[in-house]
Amino acid sequence: MTTTQEHAPNPAAGDPGRPIGFGRLQRKEDPRFVRGKGTYIDDIVLPGMLHGAILRAPVAHARLVSIDTTEALAHPKVLAVITGKDLQALNLAWAPTLSADVQAVLVTDKVRFQGQEVAFAVAEDRYAARDALELIDVEYDMLPPVIDARRALDPGAPVIRDDVEGRTDNRIFDWEIGDAAETEAVFATADVVVAQEVVYPRVHPAPMETCGAVADFDPIDGRLTLYETTQAPHAHRTLYAIVAGIPEHKIRIVSPDIGGGFGNKVGIYPGYVLAVVGSIVTGKPVKWVEDRSENLMSTSFARDYIMQGEIAATKEGKILAVRTNVLADHGAFNATAQPTKNPAGFFSIFTGSYDLQAAYCKVTGVYTNKAPGGVAYACSFRVTEAVYLVERMVDILARKLDMDPAELRLKNFIKPEQFPYANKTGWVYDSGNYEPAMRLSMQMAGYEDLRREQLEKRERGELMGIGVSFFTETVGAGPRKHFDIVGLGMADGAELRVHPTGKAVVRISVQSQGQGHETTFAQIVAEELGIPPESIDVVHGDTDQTPFGLGTYGSRSTPVSGGAVALVARKVRDKARFIAAAMLETRPEDLEWEKGRWFVKGDPSAGKTIAEIAFGAHGTVALPEGIDGNLDAEVTYDPPNLTFPFGAYICVVDVDAGTGHVKVRRFIAVDDCGTRINPMIIEGQVHGGLTDGVGMALMEIIAFDEEGNCLSSSFMDYLIPTAMEVPDWETGFTVTPSPHHPIGAKGIGESATVGSPPAIVNAIVDALAPYGVTHMDMPCTPARVWEAMQGRARPPV
Amino acid sequence: MQIPAPFDYERASDVANALALLERHGPESRIIAGGHSLLPMMKLRLARPEWLIDINDLAELEFIRREGDQLRVGALTRHTALLESTDVAGLFPIIRDAEQVIADPVVRNRGTIGGSLCQADPAEDLSTVCDVLRAQAVIRGPDGERIVAMSDFHRGPYETAVAQNELLYEIRFTIRPRSGSAYEKVERRVGDWAIVAAGAAVGLSEDGTVEEAAIGLTAVGLDGTVPEAEAVLRGQQPHEDLFVEAARIAAAACHPVDDQRGPVDYKRHLADELTRRVLRRACARAAGAQEG
Repeated sequence: MTTTQEHAPNPAAGDPGRPIGFGRLQRKEDPRFVRGKGTYIDDIVLPGMLHGAILRAPVAHARLVSIDTTEALAHPKVLAVITGKDLQALNLAWAPTLSADVQAVLVTDKVRFQGQEVAFAVAEDRYAARDALELIDVEYDMLPPVIDARRALDPGAPVIRDDVEGRTDNRIFDWEIGDAAETEAVFATADVVVAQEVVYPRVHPAPMETCGAVADFDPIDGRLTLYETTQAPHAHRTLYAIVAGIPEHKIRIVSPDIGGGFGNKVGIYPGYVLAVVGSIVTGKPVKWVEDRSENLMSTSFARDYIMQGEIAATKEGKILAVRTNVLADHGAFNATAQPTKNPAGFFSIFTGSYDLQAAYCKVTGVYTNKAPGGVAYACSFRVTEAVYLVERMVDILARKLDMDPAELRLKNFIKPEQFPYANKTGWVYDSGNYEPAMRLSMQMAGYEDLRREQLEKRERGELMGIGVSFFTETVGAGPRKHFDIVGLGMADGAELRVHPTGKAVVRISVQSQGQGHETTFAQIVAEELGIPPESIDVVHGDTDQTPFGLGTYGSRSTPVSGGAVALVARKVRDKARFIAAAMLETRPEDLEWEKGRWFVKGDPSAGKTIAEIAFGAHGTVALPEGIDGNLDAEVTYDPPNLTFPFGAYICVVDVDAGTGHVKVRRFIAVDDCGTRINPMIIEGQVHGGLTDGVGMALMEIIAFDEEGNCLSSSFMDYLIPTAMEVPDWETGFTVTPSPHHPIGAKGIGESATVGSPPAIVNAIVDALAPYGVTHMDMPCTPARVWEAMQGRARPPV
Repeated sequence: MQIPAPFDYERASDVANALALLERHGPESRIIAGGHSLLPMMKLRLARPEWLIDINDLAELEFIRREGDQLRVGALTRHTALLESTDVAGLFPIIRDAEQVIADPVVRNRGTIGGSLCQADPAEDLSTVCDVLRAQAVIRGPDGERIVAMSDFHRGPYETAVAQNELLYEIRFTIRPRSGSAYEKVERRVGDWAIVAAGAAVGLSEDGTVEEAAIGLTAVGLDGTVPEAEAVLRGQQPHEDLFVEAARIAAAACHPVDDQRGPVDYKRHLADELTRRVLRRACARAAGAQEG
């Protein structure tokens, strides 16, 4: 059932501003953040700690001839300079990626992208480490680079990955899904077919905190403590054990406060490994923190999809099929972090929110001489690209049919009674009710009035555009039988202990990078146990203190770990029933639960609160057979399906006809993420994602010149939006719970990033309609908008 | 975190001391004021001065004074002070226009007019503003003080008339009756360098004809102002046809280059479009000043 109601305030909470359970609640972690008391990687200082810096390749493709470290080693403050040769001796020169490929930790044979790691200097301070880099003499033998993905498969194109035996081209994979023949049959008989190349340029997560690590290897007991900026501490520990040969129980990964991740901090970067090697070599702790340019040039980018889209419909506007052929630029190493069986991530959700007769796609992944990565930046495993494609195609179709784009969407939505809905590419959408969300967004926007205003403005030669997008995501990976990363099933653990006085600690396997886990997960326990969120500590980010799980990305924390936490709290509640029964000298089945206490049916005054039960469990009460003397539990949650959040977004832009400058005037976002745990945190997530969307739509791109020089290696060139570029966000919501999730929650972390770029671009293209513009690619910078107005829209480079 | 190369640092106590320090430490010493250009370049190791001479204590360099027919602005005057000055807003609205679009409040709180002019970045806004206002630069050195017209101050990208052992002391703007000025910039995002910006200043005679006109462009490789375009306006009643013609000439006179901000033809188009806009606004402001 879909509602537009927030979770009702809990009457048991004396102060309606402080819910016991779900509801608006200020974030528990914020007092330390707003006081500047967070502990980030760079705040960690260990006795005797040294500093590492990475020498990076100045060119995109070159054979390594020689490295001379003599002068650097002579620097009085330098303790070690590590090269690829040194790593070869330790069998660490190459490390597995999260996509069944390998990545060079330090160059041994040739440089494959500008900014690639060539050598690592360890010195007494970070200044000396940097100075040492200038004293390393490297000789390169230049090779022609492959920069344009469209040229990567040309016969005779330089083979980038000649490290792989037998490789003769730059093809990584060909992957297809859907029924090609069935789709072709639908296209062949459709009244209307439109085609468009749609490019999602390479962008970067650009978290405020760059990546870094402090490695502390204890040579006495062989124990490695590694403080890292990671979204997935447990997965990292397992990989380090496999790669470095350090037994897993001797590795402790600590992920302290993380200043933003957005997928950028999922993978294992050479810098982390080098900090470990540096610590092993010197016998001292080694800190490595990359600078902004290093982060932009060498760490996981996102997108870089060239999509040939086609959509087929009847002349009345019934959408029949969508088909696409994608060229995916994965950079020099296939280092995307995604489930093993999904080389193109979850791109197959490109069928969108529409009831189609057929769908088909083919994705070809290629190597280029650019930084590796690909799945990052709030992408839900390429859901972002998929949603952008289908939402642009639907808009182009609307223009072709001369139909209102909102009406066309309303006409084609999957109907509420069709859920659970099996689409044509293998997904089973758990729940959805699209029309109310669409109608609400149109009502909030004053859609009809906006269209009238637009008409008046057009008559005056003013350019105003209204853009609509409606997205369905697939998040919360996922059932372990379907989804794994390098063989590790995508499940998450939770452990809950209620202390004798009724205060609790819940330990989780996912890692916050700003999402508010310490609040959200406390609220889930609070909702289930009826103790206040402030009485519940959430422990995360330390593999010695938390259960195993795959970490935070792809909007999976609430769908997976949230499920684990709800279930572990229910397990504790069930156990509490037995203990309460013993304390009340009655049978468990004679007890009834109300939030916070078990009481005797028919006699509400006879009951025990969770705090009383916890004390009883640890006290002298005679416990029933099989019940331990504690109020603890643990679970590992393997979700039965993914979750499918959705939303309706409307954007209003004004374009300066003389300069091509775009102003986002209004943005209305209606989100449905199922059960809403903390609406304040949800709104914060939406605001952040929408701002991301403005950045990608208007200004962000990691660009390269023909030689492969990265043209976006600082925030002077890689632009991210400020408060000046964004409007006051207008948010709304509907609630359609997930039927299979323990609390019905679906995840919200990436919805706005996924849904907003198509709304903004659709608005800009709509504004430019008087110029005959039917499509333009992001980023919609003033120059590119002006070129589109001149009939010279071109793909980004 | 970006890490600069090693350097030494001294804090000047007054102008004489700053000049003495420049003399003592020689060619590898640099003056630092707001630091918003020099420090990023040092962090990227694009600039590696051996000595920084900090002039932030020199209160004598921080002033906005109206004296006779001149507005005198000390080189250490912060962007924020220029933005907030009612004298500046009333006399030279172009300065306020420009200051509103220079970087962001954090940079404006710290950055100085002297720093902007001496950095002489081709995309720097106040250089165009000072060109258009035909300002004078007061430069102090070991041999005393000299006054240089803006046309002589700029020597090309990142080069000015200020010698290594000299210090920019003050900028002087001449106050004219019935004058108006305006600046407009197009940028990809607030705080980005200009794609293109244009500035104009006009002075009207009593009968409303244009007596004096100046047109400048930012970030398109133009040295100084555009005399041929200015000549179109001089002696004429302000009129849209003249703005169009002057803008056409200005756009033809500049030398934009293709980069991430846009291709040459777009930049030339902007030079044209923005010149028309600032001429319209400058003339309207001058007419308003005439009425007032």
